[in-house]
Amino acid sequence: MKIEIPEFALVLLVGASGTGKSSFAARHFLPTEVVSSDRMRGWVADDENDQSATVEAFDLLRTVVEKRLKGRRFTVVDATNVQPESRKGLIALAKKWHALAVAIVFDLPEAVAVERNAQRPDRQFGAGPVRRHMQALKRSLGGMNREGIRYVHRLRSVEEVDAVEIVRTRLWNDRREEVGPFDIIGDVHGCADELETLLDRLGYQVRWNGKAVTVTPPEGRRAIFVGDLVDRGPRSPDALRIAKHMVDSGTAMAVVGNHDDKLKRHLDGRNVKPSHGLAETIEQFAQEPPEFAAEMRTWLDGLISHYVLDGGRLVVAHAGLKEEMQGRASGAVRSFCMYGETTGEIDSFGLPVRWDWAADYKGRAKVVYGHTPVVEANWVNGTLCIDTGCVFGGKLTALRYPELELVDVPARRTYYEPVRPLAAPAADTGMAPHQLDLADVLGKQVIETRHYHHVTVREDNAAAALEVMSRYAVDPRWLIHLPPTMSPAETSAQEGWLERPEEAFAYYGSKGAKILVAEEKHMGSRGLVLLARTQEVAARRFGVHDGARGVIVTRTGRRFFNDSALEAAAMHRIDLAMESSGLWSELATDWVLWDAEILPWSMKAGALVRGQYAAVGAAAVAGLGALSEALAAAQARGVPIDDLAASAAASLADATRYRAAYNRYVAPFGGIEDLRIAPFHLLASEGAVHDGKDHLWHMAAVHRLAEADPALLLATKFRRIDLDDPAEVADAIAWWEAMTAAGGEGMVVKPLDFVARGAKGLLQPAIKCRGREYLRIIYGPHYDRPENLERLKKRGLGHKRSMALREFALGLEALHLFVEHAPLTRVHQAVFGVLAMETEPVDPRL
Amino acid sequence: MLLTITTTHRPATDLGFLLMKHPDNVHSVELSFGTATLFYPEATEERCTAAITLSVDPVELVRGKGRIEDQYVNDRPYAASSLLSVALARLLGTAMGGRSRHRQDLAEQPIPLEARITPLPARGAADLLASLFEPLGYAVQAEPIPLDPAHPEWGDSPYVALTLRGRVRLAALLTHLFVLVPVLDNDKHYYVGEAEVEKLLRKGAGWLETHPARELIVRRYLRGLGGLVRKARSQLDESVAAEEAEEHARRDAAEEVIEKPIRLNDQRMDRVVALIRELGAMSVLDLGCGEGRLLRELLKLPGLGRITGVEVAPRVLAGAGDRLKLDHMPDIKRKRIELLQGSLVYRDDRLKGFDAAAVVEVIEHMEAERLPAFEAAIFGHARPGAVIVTTPNRDYNALFENMAPDALRHPDHRFEWTRAEFRHWAESVGLAHGYGVRFEGIGAEDPVHGCPTQLALFTRAEDVKVAA
Repeated sequence: MKIEIPEFALVLLVGASGTGKSSFAARHFLPTEVVSSDRMRGWVADDENDQSATVEAFDLLRTVVEKRLKGRRFTVVDATNVQPESRKGLIALAKKWHALAVAIVFDLPEAVAVERNAQRPDRQFGAGPVRRHMQALKRSLGGMNREGIRYVHRLRSVEEVDAVEIVRTRLWNDRREEVGPFDIIGDVHGCADELETLLDRLGYQVRWNGKAVTVTPPEGRRAIFVGDLVDRGPRSPDALRIAKHMVDSGTAMAVVGNHDDKLKRHLDGRNVKPSHGLAETIEQFAQEPPEFAAEMRTWLDGLISHYVLDGGRLVVAHAGLKEEMQGRASGAVRSFCMYGETTGEIDSFGLPVRWDWAADYKGRAKVVYGHTPVVEANWVNGTLCIDTGCVFGGKLTALRYPELELVDVPARRTYYEPVRPLAAPAADTGMAPHQLDLADVLGKQVIETRHYHHVTVREDNAAAALEVMSRYAVDPRWLIHLPPTMSPAETSAQEGWLERPEEAFAYYGSKGAKILVAEEKHMGSRGLVLLARTQEVAARRFGVHDGARGVIVTRTGRRFFNDSALEAAAMHRIDLAMESSGLWSELATDWVLWDAEILPWSMKAGALVRGQYAAVGAAAVAGLGALSEALAAAQARGVPIDDLAASAAASLADATRYRAAYNRYVAPFGGIEDLRIAPFHLLASEGAVHDGKDHLWHMAAVHRLAEADPALLLATKFRRIDLDDPAEVADAIAWWEAMTAAGGEGMVVKPLDFVARGAKGLLQPAIKCRGREYLRIIYGPHYDRPENLERLKKRGLGHKRSMALREFALGLEALHLFVEHAPLTRVHQAVFGVLAMETEPVDPRL
Repeated sequence: MLLTITTTHRPATDLGFLLMKHPDNVHSVELSFGTATLFYPEATEERCTAAITLSVDPVELVRGKGRIEDQYVNDRPYAASSLLSVALARLLGTAMGGRSRHRQDLAEQPIPLEARITPLPARGAADLLASLFEPLGYAVQAEPIPLDPAHPEWGDSPYVALTLRGRVRLAALLTHLFVLVPVLDNDKHYYVGEAEVEKLLRKGAGWLETHPARELIVRRYLRGLGGLVRKARSQLDESVAAEEAEEHARRDAAEEVIEKPIRLNDQRMDRVVALIRELGAMSVLDLGCGEGRLLRELLKLPGLGRITGVEVAPRVLAGAGDRLKLDHMPDIKRKRIELLQGSLVYRDDRLKGFDAAAVVEVIEHMEAERLPAFEAAIFGHARPGAVIVTTPNRDYNALFENMAPDALRHPDHRFEWTRAEFRHWAESVGLAHGYGVRFEGIGAEDPVHGCPTQLALFTRAEDVKVAA
């Protein structure tokens, strides 16, 4: 006997003790799929037959079942389940999580069960319980469908039980293997003229032959209709013909809309009010042959509520679909798909107030839908409404997937007056779609990244980051990325040096990255420049409506400038440079994110320079100066103190060098004319994270931008190094020596590829090689004395490098998610993760 | 770092007998953090000078067993500090005790002495040096040391070259230096323990009891020596350092100094508690509860069965738990109170279902650009029955002495609102989220500038349907 069970279902094994449920379960299901009441009794009371543990055991059983159903896991409950009341709670759980409830009933002769129990030493309770179970089962068997169980499979003999073959069937909405490309088409509402034009624009050929239509799609593409093909518009029958033809010929899919469903009910002869444009459709149907209505009734009846496509990355439903309903089937799911959820309130136009599910959406799948007409299609948290009100005089819109391009054709005229004016673009002016939940960031978080698998954020780090994020960081809508920390090179093998480029080259060389890019390292402060081309772009793309066009933030997400006029002035200049360099148009973007170093260092670090660096210099020079004088006097008297005198002189020289070292990075700051910005990565722009471009591409972009405004923007010097060419390597080392001898901070060595991998995975995205004098302000005036250097060379980079990789992966993940229009929550989780990592204690000198 | 001690007593070379260190030799002693050396730059009948210097191992300070510093760039190797006191005790313990094998008479009598320390940290009031040394009979001369000759606009460093001149016993001079050098060192370190108290009493015998600056000396001495205790390593990386609890306390203290004459904080607490009582709330949220001052008062309110304090800084929250002695609370009391780490700019389901919420002196610590998130999280999502918000009244700042016109009361305040600004904000929030608002002031009212603190009481209008 073949039993078909949907691959997402709650299966209740029903039968008296001794009817063989557990061995049946072991034969047909994974051990992890079976939740057994005996097992639960054992867990709470060390005895699988301890009836006094039943209440606690079932509590646990329901908890486990619920966790599984929540996670859309096929679940089998192995308990007697013979009374309706024992099934009731489980059926409620299936309903709550939109799983189909299925019963497999073991309706075997009493004698079989009694005999089997008698053979088991742990079940010496006699025939009484079995008889009671059997009676209870008999009494409720007929009503199990009414209890809410969709399929009841009754096995009446041991032979039948043994002959069972279980076949798992896919849900109709599960089309995860279909990867597209798709053209998803918004609410047509009988606007067949516009549909034909739109299909033509999308490359589909539509040919009519009398009442028969043929549509030929472009190679490999398929259309998906979001529903509401009919009502209000002039050609509902033709819209149906086109869609049905395409679905029948496999060139389209369609989900059911509320109007389609209402038409079907009308065609079924049900008493449906011909309002909201149904009357027009009925009139048009009257012009059609009678078999047309019958054909369409059958077709409409077969439309399903939603599709899950492209490996679960895309969901199409008429009114959208919240995450917990995706890929599930129930009346509630179908209803949500057709109508959405309403709050029960009625607005001033007499229409139900809809719950804005998209504002709270955090799911992985993009949801494309229609139903609610909007002026412009606009992404909200990874969801897109493409009903642009064609029938109301708007336009008919399609989304090309995976390109995520919108294609639309204007309505030829207003066919129908809307009761409620078309809503403004969905990205609204309120906070609603941009609110973040504490539960999504606090506590241990595991974040999936495309470059480095799962990254775990520790609970205490998240707790520490919460304070920084809440009290210091900019609005999370702007915070689409944070940069990773950067490790220095391993300590130099050469005597007298703490860091040199050789070790950085060796690191990459040993990992197989032979082509490197070395960039001059500017001594400034890290800054991310996020710039939208206009205020309108800031509002639409970032959801920020306060008139700002972007933000410049520090590596920990704080506003870089306290002076908002200075920030605005800097961004204005960068905008002009983007314009005159042609980068705006070339990147085909209206926003851009640059990663940069902002100078002078002393502008941000003034308090640090004066309070720590200069103070130490003053103390050192004053004290060592006085000491040297006293030692000279003692030496003049013949006191044997030459060693101390020599050491003091050397220390004084160190202190003088130290003072010179920090002074190289101190410059007066009066305003924008003293500001310098040195971009080094063009991280992202509309539709693209530029982590697929190599560093030469980034440098080329940087140089083009810098040329457009050399007074503000520094063109970072760089060179490409082929490690197999000794001359190039030597040349690069000489370059570093010259730069650092002249007071430069040093250089950053990167593999040619932005995201580089070796045999053992991701490579460090960059390694810094700091100059000898720069290191003096990090490690102290006397760090390069042999006795100090020897000890300082013992330092571990493992933790720093591991953090750099995790932060790199999280930062890029955030960017990718933002570019892909993912929910703000998911972007924020990744950014929050970077900040949390940064609270991890690591040697701050690295 | 250099300390010189000079005498013009004849014969001046008797200084060698007093110190028990021969003027023609170099005297060194090894200490845990480096080497102390004593030598004589000059030694004539007329004038004799002993010089003491320390060679501190800078790497050992950070990496060594007894490490006392987190950063390699620090002034310990160069500036006079508690390390000098340790060196004096080791090198010149006998002399400091007033004993001399060959010149005991001289040791017991005042002689002309000059001490010079370069550099000496002298953070604090300008007349601090004088107030410390002049009562002990010294003429004090302090030459400022510029921060960086390349940047005259930066002014002076926190260090001076100090010269003390007086007729005193050598032992007295050494003891005064032993105690007062750490006092002058900055106060960034922590207090150590009982033993240091005893040491101070011993060294201060005979002069500290009557010193006019006794209080200050005791306080700063004990903290200065704490420098020998390794600073508790911060959980947070410097660059993202949230404020440490101590820093909070210091800044709060600054605000208190400004507001002190009116004991404003007490009045705020009283008023908020009274309002919660009037509201008849059975459950209260204290949003931004800090170290739990309001929570302690709320616990005393009868009928209040659920008190939840929310604080964003984990360390401050832990501090609140300690101060409230949560671990030792009787069960029945413990059940009434809960502390949560939370944030006012994230939605939080745990904050739903409360009768009232107090947001006392919190919003001004939030960036103004985050206020919409705060409003949405509290008024839109948590929706307590009533919300009490207090914040400084900027109008009133005109009345505070020592306050610059555009200054704010607390270094962490991101804004302070006039009464008109506060009213506008609160009424807009009330309108958007269905709350009625009334306003009042806390503290002495000025006819022109109002009260120092302003308060808005929001009450949820049950009949207002919010469709947003």
